[in-house]
Amino acid sequence: MAGVTTRPAIDLEVLRERALRIRREIIESTTAAGSGHPTTSLSGVEIAVALYFGGILRYDAKRPRWPDRDRFILSEGHGAPLLYAVLAEAGYFPTAELNTLRKFGSPLEGHPNMRKVPGVEASTGSLGEGLSIGIGHALAGRLDGKDYHVFVMTGDGEIEEGQVWEAAMAAVQFNLSNLTLIVNNNDFQQTASIEKVMNTKPIAAKFESFGWIAVDIDGHDLTAVHEALAVPRRSSEGRPQCVVAHTVKGKGVSFIEGPLGHHGKALTADEAKRALAELSR
Amino acid sequence: MTNLVGTDAPLGAATREAFGDELVALGKEHAEIVVIDGDVNNSTYTNKFMKEFPDRFFNCGIAESNMIGIASGLASCGKVAFVSSFSAFLINNAYEQLRMSVAYPRLNVKCVGTHAGISIGEDGPSQMALEDVAATRALAGFVVLVPADEKSTRSAIRAAYAHDGPVYVRTGRPKAPIVYADGVEVRIGKALQVRDGIDVTLIANGLMVAAAVGAADVLARENLRARVLDMVSTKPIDEDAIAKAARETGAIVVAEEHLHAGGLGSAVAETVAATAPVPIEFVDVGDRYGESGTPEELMLHYGLTASDVVRAAKRVLDRKQTLSI
Repeated sequence: MAGVTTRPAIDLEVLRERALRIRREIIESTTAAGSGHPTTSLSGVEIAVALYFGGILRYDAKRPRWPDRDRFILSEGHGAPLLYAVLAEAGYFPTAELNTLRKFGSPLEGHPNMRKVPGVEASTGSLGEGLSIGIGHALAGRLDGKDYHVFVMTGDGEIEEGQVWEAAMAAVQFNLSNLTLIVNNNDFQQTASIEKVMNTKPIAAKFESFGWIAVDIDGHDLTAVHEALAVPRRSSEGRPQCVVAHTVKGKGVSFIEGPLGHHGKALTADEAKRALAELSR
Repeated sequence: MTNLVGTDAPLGAATREAFGDELVALGKEHAEIVVIDGDVNNSTYTNKFMKEFPDRFFNCGIAESNMIGIASGLASCGKVAFVSSFSAFLINNAYEQLRMSVAYPRLNVKCVGTHAGISIGEDGPSQMALEDVAATRALAGFVVLVPADEKSTRSAIRAAYAHDGPVYVRTGRPKAPIVYADGVEVRIGKALQVRDGIDVTLIANGLMVAAAVGAADVLARENLRARVLDMVSTKPIDEDAIAKAARETGAIVVAEEHLHAGGLGSAVAETVAATAPVPIEFVDVGDRYGESGTPEELMLHYGLTASDVVRAAKRVLDRKQTLSI
């Protein structure tokens, strides 16, 4: 693979094992909660795994507010079960806490709360707000002479929000090469497909026309995801980068993959058992 | 020659300009202050900060939702983010972002709205914030400051900086009648007592403090001693000062340049009802929008002058008397 020496080495087998474990945790925690968004969470697993466990994101779970850390802002806050599983695996809190998801008194609320959960960079869940917040982090980093990188992940339906395009203009105007937007392009929003409800495609072309560097990748191919997310850190073009990650809603659990109307629904105990069997390979 | 609230108090700087000046002074003392603008810096006077500290100034264009999000991110990184635009656009356009990206995570974002109220004049109702106090009062954890004049605005901006958490400061476009000399100190949660009195209490914020002072002078000529409380800290409100005024004077007038619903009048009534119920009369814009005209014409037409406060005082004194019979 060209240029491999300049990139952090990745052990694909280890990352795949990690991805499987996180998928199981997403199913277990949402089924224990009886609600939540397992399918959105499953679609972003490889992206989060490449960032946190592929040597891309610079972080220290013992110091969640370390000023030099890279930032990962989950703008599509309903993907909280994914974020929580990844943060637990990364050591921010015990994995045993994942089963308190959405329960009264648990810091693991239905959507992420930066004041309650170490490693959560922004309180999200109201769609469209994360990219603007990421710009604030990127501007602060530049002002303070820090070299951290800011990654923001939105959904493909989420970018129907006008604020995202206000932010898309601003990121280019401010020359934020320390900012990467990942669009989790799983093709579905709450009631139907993106095309049917309010088509945001072609996503990469839209961001390119706004002045971003944009690439399309297979969001479940760990090598491709790693490659795409490792690049912007080295970029000196003075432009933000948008990675459109083509993903499958419910990825990894055959009977909820794709357009099967599982948005925002936890699996039943029986379904979860079948799902976990598929994910134990 | 009377001013826009119908008194002869001399005019000082506009409260928006006092904000711009104090921001520069604060910026010199505190390197963590950054300023976010919605391309109105020559109207809000944040251009003064921009000239002094260009690296700490971000013009986000005409996009208030994004502005608030950017301020949230900067504040998350330890900056004290002053965001400024016309109140009407800053609060109404970005209300959801204020709720979710600022209030809920309790970040150090200081929203300074300018051009509030009908006293902006000729530009008309699209530019007039008349519901901003109600809206920001309804953001959990927000502090809401509505200073009356130049000196108290400068102190309010300092108080906003020093407070750990989100703050809204309401400022206006026209030159404001002077209420205070040097040395006035705005404290969050505390009323400023401008006049003492025992017959009636006039509670006001913003420009209407000058109207209340003028009204107190008129009432004094009829041997009616009016207490005047400047409720610059509209939230949290000074419950002790209000309850004390209710008990000691037995009648209250609330005056504000804002819609009737949800503003200072509501805040005072909530406190009075819960502590020492007495009659209250309200001087405000009512349930309607403004129109174009000179500030003087509009303040007169919408009933926001010292004479209007005097009339309200007479009404509330009548009610007080009826109650005591």
